Amino acid sequence: MPLGLNSLKKSIWVYHMACSPCNNCDIEILDLLTPRFDVERFGVVLVGSVRHADALLCTGMVNRQIKPRLQEAYLQASKPCIVFAIGSCAINGNIFRKSYNMAGPVDRAIKEVDPNAIIVYVPGCPPKPEAMISSVVKAIGFLDTLKAKAK
Amino acid sequence: MSIFYYLIFPGFLFISIVGLLTAWFDRKITARIQWRKGPPIPQNFRDIFKLMIKEVVIPDTANPTIFLLAPAIALATAILAATMLGVVNMSYEVSFIGDFIVFWYILTIPSIMIILGASASGNPMSSVGASREINQLFAYELPLVIAISTVLFKVGSIGFGDILGYQAINGPFLYSISGVISFIVVLLCIQAKLGLVPFDAPEAETELGAGIFMEYSGVALGAFKLTKAILLYTTPIFLITIFWGGIKVSGFGILWVILKYILIVLLLTLIRNTNPRLRIDQSIRFFWGTMTMLSIVAFILTMFGL
Ligand code: SF4
Repeated sequence: MPLGLNSLKKSIWVYHMACSPCNNCDIEILDLLTPRFDVERFGVVLVGSVRHADALLCTGMVNRQIKPRLQEAYLQASKPCIVFAIGSCAINGNIFRKSYNMAGPVDRAIKEVDPNAIIVYVPGCPPKPEAMISSVVKAIGFLDTLKAKAK
Repeated sequence: MSIFYYLIFPGFLFISIVGLLTAWFDRKITARIQWRKGPPIPQNFRDIFKLMIKEVVIPDTANPTIFLLAPAIALATAILAATMLGVVNMSYEVSFIGDFIVFWYILTIPSIMIILGASASGNPMSSVGASREINQLFAYELPLVIAISTVLFKVGSIGFGDILGYQAINGPFLYSISGVISFIVVLLCIQAKLGLVPFDAPEAETELGAGIFMEYSGVALGAFKLTKAILLYTTPIFLITIFWGGIKVSGFGILWVILKYILIVLLLTLIRNTNPRLRIDQSIRFFWGTMTMLSIVAFILTMFGL
């Protein structure tokens, strides 16, 4: 359904998932939603329930406590659902990678339950809101390939 | 012909478009108040189209039949209510005795379906939201019915046709003291009916997730969103119909109606943007206290012919 996919590109509802970050990335995400950057222009809205989400914004290094919960949240989300790994921690563990409670960065945890998950990496410690917006643009490009596949 | 009314004009197609545009207007005004640019015009249409291709997740704990039927019935009844209002406004003759009461019953069904669906989902947050929605329903219905009965009392009939005919001869009810008071009461009750901010405790993103809509996804959520948009269209038109002379399409009439409609939606939006969320006990006290008092005052004033 091209109409639906076209609409999905312009209306991404995000769910904020803090997977044991240092909280700086979360502050940066909240900055993204403030009037200064105004992502509602692109149809991005913060939703309160993972069932409504089109994208999970995951921050942090995913410790043992949060890993099953992250996986469960991803499985419970209605597909198609993109995962944003925001911050260096979410990508590779950053300074916490040798930590005793590290349970794999976001992509590994997600791929354990769904090998075909779409994961977008946003590097930075923390990434700037502009970087996140540009990552959303790239994710939209990815949805185009999804559309080509559907044809 | 009635199928045409129900599906095209003034039914499903027309009201969905107008309702979604109104919902966009609401978001845009909110954005401007917060000094943002806000979403583009087709945004709410996109949201609905997007929800149509999303997967519908049915939770293990849910009762699937009620869970999926609730949004469908809510949408169907919301369309029915809006269509009724539109048809009555197009020609006064089709009105039958008591259609006002029927309309009122139909307009309550979406709220009840939301409650049913939330309870059927089996999620604790949703059930908290549902219990709040029930409380709120009981809270706002009392002042609402008293305020509306001032109009019925003046007309001495319970048909839309009579109400509109009366206003065509004697001028809108809004231009009297009791009319203004009941208008304010009904406006605030509508705010609660639509679940807009000071009275959005059932939905409460920040404390209940999404409350009553928490477990819904995909088309089911889309149906609820569309229901909300249609109610956002129906209730201002209802206000115009019973308080502000109804809809006249001749001459500048249609322009006036659009202006009135925009003004009422603007009022709803401004109230929503300038108030913090009330706790459920506060909103019940507000409706059963101040609002009921005001509506009783309006009723007494009506008896003296003011
Ligand atoms: S990437 Fe940096 S800012 Fe973000 S959670 Fe990790 S340490 Fe904190």
